[in-house]
Amino acid sequence: MLGSYPVGGRFGKYGGKFIPETLAPAVEELESAYEKYKNDHDFQKELSYYLTEYAGRPTPLYFAKNLTEHAGGAKIYLKREDLLHGGAHKTNNTLGQALLARKMGKKRIIAETGAGQHGVGTALACAALGLPAEVYMGTKDVERQKLNVFRMQLLGAKVHPVQSGSKTLKDAINEAIRDWIANVKTTYYLIGSVVGPHPYPMMVRDFQSVIGHEIRQQMQEVEGGLPEAVVACVGGGSNAMGSFYPFLDDTDVMLFGVEAGGEGIRTGKHSATLAAGSEGVLHGMFTYLLQDNCGQVIETHSISAGLDYPGVGPEHAMLKDMNRAKYVATTDDEAVQGFLMLSRLEGIIPALEPSHAISYALKLAKKMDKDDVIVVTLSGRGDKDVQVVQDYLDQKSRKKKKHAK
Amino acid sequence: MRNRIAQKFGELARKGEGALVCYVVAGYPDVKTSQKVIDALIKGGADIIEIGIPFSDPIADGPTIQAASNRALKGGVTPEKALQLVRSVRKIHPELPLLAMTYSNILVRPGMQKFMAQAKVSGVDGFILPDMPVEEAGTYLAAASKLGLATVFLASPNTPQGKLKKIIDSTSGFLYLVSVYGITGSRKSFEDYTLKAIKNVKHCVGSTVPVAVGFGISTPAHVQFMIGAGADAVIVGSAIIDRMGKSSGKKMLSGLQQFARLMKKACVK
Ligand SMILES: Cc1ncc(COP(=O)(O)O)c(C=O)c1O
Repeated sequence: MLGSYPVGGRFGKYGGKFIPETLAPAVEELESAYEKYKNDHDFQKELSYYLTEYAGRPTPLYFAKNLTEHAGGAKIYLKREDLLHGGAHKTNNTLGQALLARKMGKKRIIAETGAGQHGVGTALACAALGLPAEVYMGTKDVERQKLNVFRMQLLGAKVHPVQSGSKTLKDAINEAIRDWIANVKTTYYLIGSVVGPHPYPMMVRDFQSVIGHEIRQQMQEVEGGLPEAVVACVGGGSNAMGSFYPFLDDTDVMLFGVEAGGEGIRTGKHSATLAAGSEGVLHGMFTYLLQDNCGQVIETHSISAGLDYPGVGPEHAMLKDMNRAKYVATTDDEAVQGFLMLSRLEGIIPALEPSHAISYALKLAKKMDKDDVIVVTLSGRGDKDVQVVQDYLDQKSRKKKKHAK
Repeated sequence: MRNRIAQKFGELARKGEGALVCYVVAGYPDVKTSQKVIDALIKGGADIIEIGIPFSDPIADGPTIQAASNRALKGGVTPEKALQLVRSVRKIHPELPLLAMTYSNILVRPGMQKFMAQAKVSGVDGFILPDMPVEEAGTYLAAASKLGLATVFLASPNTPQGKLKKIIDSTSGFLYLVSVYGITGSRKSFEDYTLKAIKNVKHCVGSTVPVAVGFGISTPAHVQFMIGAGADAVIVGSAIIDRMGKSSGKKMLSGLQQFARLMKKACVK
């Protein structure tokens, strides 16, 4: 059974705990705490309370009629994680982990963030549960996701800009790990995706699986069966893993993970780790990485800060090798087209991350039957990206004019 | 096959001295200078040299080593060039115990066995990998044992006794005890828990392997503190790199030699 992974902290050969020894006791403590609370009735009840009453679950599964007609093929449904409190799926995970941290008696929470959505998710969960939060964020991301920096601050979190390396998500994780090593006794590291050492990839997947479980149930209600395909974007891979996991053993359901193709895979300027990467060790896990021949991790590129990461969750690496899920890439340009189309056709401004999934789903729908059903996880809303898209379109029209001259 | 590390520790034990282990980032500020720095440190009294192979994401390192690694990478230093540095150091110092310190991915990417074999041929005596815990080390240990390379594992002040025993069973050459809760980088002072950790680890290893203490050691007083607590060796890294940033040329080299001399003097019990 595919759903039974990880075994011994590994998804097939991927995963593991490649961590400095100082962190080993903390990771073990987390592992046993999670084992204990995972099936604890009171913990689950409390989490369920916050997910429902505070964050607004269940989120709707919306039939995107206009988008479907536009594509002219399979029916497209949107799993509306953009309507979750905080504006993205991240809140499913941050509430789960923040509750766990409180049970463990941790007095300080640290996190990393790329797009700022996980930072916001951490900040709001910590505010609600009375925990202090500090968030590491690359300076490049601070610049392009200013709105979220201010939101985190409003929610009472302290934001630490990170200057090192590529100044994006990867470096924010490095800095958070360094902080954790120095403050291992008091601090809980609330990681934002299905990455890092075991048990994080498993635990974050479990907290995010509420997405897939709801899709299953809602599909039964509206369509009387399972969808033909589930499509989600992949940065670290948490919204995709949460969407896929409850369907892993339903082999009739096709699973598509959409990575950021940036300016095109051939240009080398992309973040398509599974589509174009190779095996390696980063951030405590053995997985696919974007790296050079010597093992140096390379700088990635994506218009969306949340997908701009050279690694990927180890469970996705396994699913790719087994051919259980298919991983594809869409470019910056295609993602912006998806962003514009969903805004105009459905009145929903999506985040740039799931705009990649929307763009791919449109292509996929065209090739499928009218009776077929595709569910796209709309992992977040696009308020944070409006400025980025405007700049992108301005730049593009300037380039066009130059060409015309 | 001769074991340069064991030989060195044996020699020093007979003389009643602790070992001075000096860490240098290969290619910081450039490969030629690295070689001269190593020579100066050895002249000053360094017993063992650790050559850092720079990695893009050094999670166990503080700002000093991060910046030096970055600079080396920007200057085009590859693992291959770092091994060339090892080769030329080995030529001049045939008896020097020489370790490569880097992160797991530098070995994993080309293939554990392949890279370690190259390192061995270049003159490396062993590896130190701060992100390689014993639980994940199957392939690594097998390759090292086949090639006759030492595998130095790290322990921390918070390592529980049971785990410590496993680390002691797997480590060879010496055991690397991390002095503090934290990453690399010069420190002003150390706390009581470091002292306790050294005593505990020394007690657990008995006479199986020497114990080297590292992270943050930057003054002769620190060295005396560690050796006095029972450490067999001290590892000095960031303090050397900090000094390299403050001057250059002959002045820098003679300064490093003098620094090594003072640190080595503090190793004598
Ligand atoms: C809206 C949204 N979707 C997706 C992602 C990518 O993360 P993951 O692949 O873990 O879902 C992010 C990350 O910041 C995000 O903000």
